[in-house]
Amino acid sequence: MKKTNDPSKLNKILSLFWVFFKIGAFTFGGGYAMIPLIQKEVVESRPWITDDDILEIFAIAESTPGPIAINSATFVGYRVAGFFGSMFATIGVVLPSFVIILVISFLLQGFENYRAVKYAFWGIRAGVMALLVKAWWGMFKKCPKGIIPYSIAIFAFIAVIIFKMYNISILFILIMCAVIGLVSSIIAKRRSAK
Amino acid sequence: MKLLMLFATFFKVGLFTFGGGYAMLPLIQEEVLNLGWATYEEILNFIAVSESTPGPFAINMATFIGSRQGGILGAACATLGVVLPSFIVILIVAKIFDKFKKNSVVQGCMSGLKPAVIGLIGYAIFSVGTEVFFPSGISFSVFSDISFYVVLLLFTAMTVCCFKKLHPILIICISAAIGIGAGYALGIPV
Repeated sequence: MKKTNDPSKLNKILSLFWVFFKIGAFTFGGGYAMIPLIQKEVVESRPWITDDDILEIFAIAESTPGPIAINSATFVGYRVAGFFGSMFATIGVVLPSFVIILVISFLLQGFENYRAVKYAFWGIRAGVMALLVKAWWGMFKKCPKGIIPYSIAIFAFIAVIIFKMYNISILFILIMCAVIGLVSSIIAKRRSAK
Repeated sequence: MKLLMLFATFFKVGLFTFGGGYAMLPLIQEEVLNLGWATYEEILNFIAVSESTPGPFAINMATFIGSRQGGILGAACATLGVVLPSFIVILIVAKIFDKFKKNSVVQGCMSGLKPAVIGLIGYAIFSVGTEVFFPSGISFSVFSDISFYVVLLLFTAMTVCCFKKLHPILIICISAAIGIGAGYALGIPV
């Protein structure tokens, strides 16, 4: 099965890199913005992934740790061309951000102390607050509805205030909430089984 | 040593962030503020940069903080750190694709993690908001401070624009323009 010197596989790996490089370079606004583009490139334009599989890949990308864009790239890459496919797809999707941010970071350092730049960022911070509120609202709408999820969200909010006071990491809140979710789903299953 | 710290910190952030976009914000905030790598202000400024450049927020944030703390090598270490957990986890999951999907333990944990992230991001926004609206601490004196009203008005206007689906880059450009205009016109101290 495995032929690492197979020319068609090498071609696939290179085009995986190129496809995900393009996706990384042209999507503004984070991972979710990439989903339609990935779908277009690997399902519609190329016979790499089937329609059903890509939806499952996105669902898994959402439910595993890490950014969705990276997860999808790794997954698609692996499906198409194994380990090296996943490596090149991931490097491809990361590289544009990496280079652009590196340049901006050095540029900003030179300009940060100008009065106009300080005023600009003062205004921008108010605008970013608005973006954050909107992003939060979008996530809230996608979250499962019901008393249990809402209680968990409120619990996490209150717990983080308390944890911060005692300098305890929020990782413990995540672990606690995962356990609560697991227990409540087991209870729900038992009930419906009766 | 610093490079190793950058790698380890962002590895942790990458490993424990579920869901895309701003799901990473609470953890980045905690780690980066505790280590003194950035202030609230810098994190917010940087969210603006991240929104106006291509690529996922997590990668942008890691590259930026990495480059500030350790130059190009720092950026490389932080970015590698944030990407590696995803990469490893997905490689494993891809091998056990079908089992993972239907695993009730995974689904149960996720049903708790999704709302938890909502609560955590809620708090992250709340704490960042306090810094934006009350940069010199919460007291009655802010009500006699004109810059408080400018920020409040700008925030309200931009929130309406956001919900009207104005592009984030436009929101940032308009906010910057108003910030410069109001800053000079009212002679706000910086």
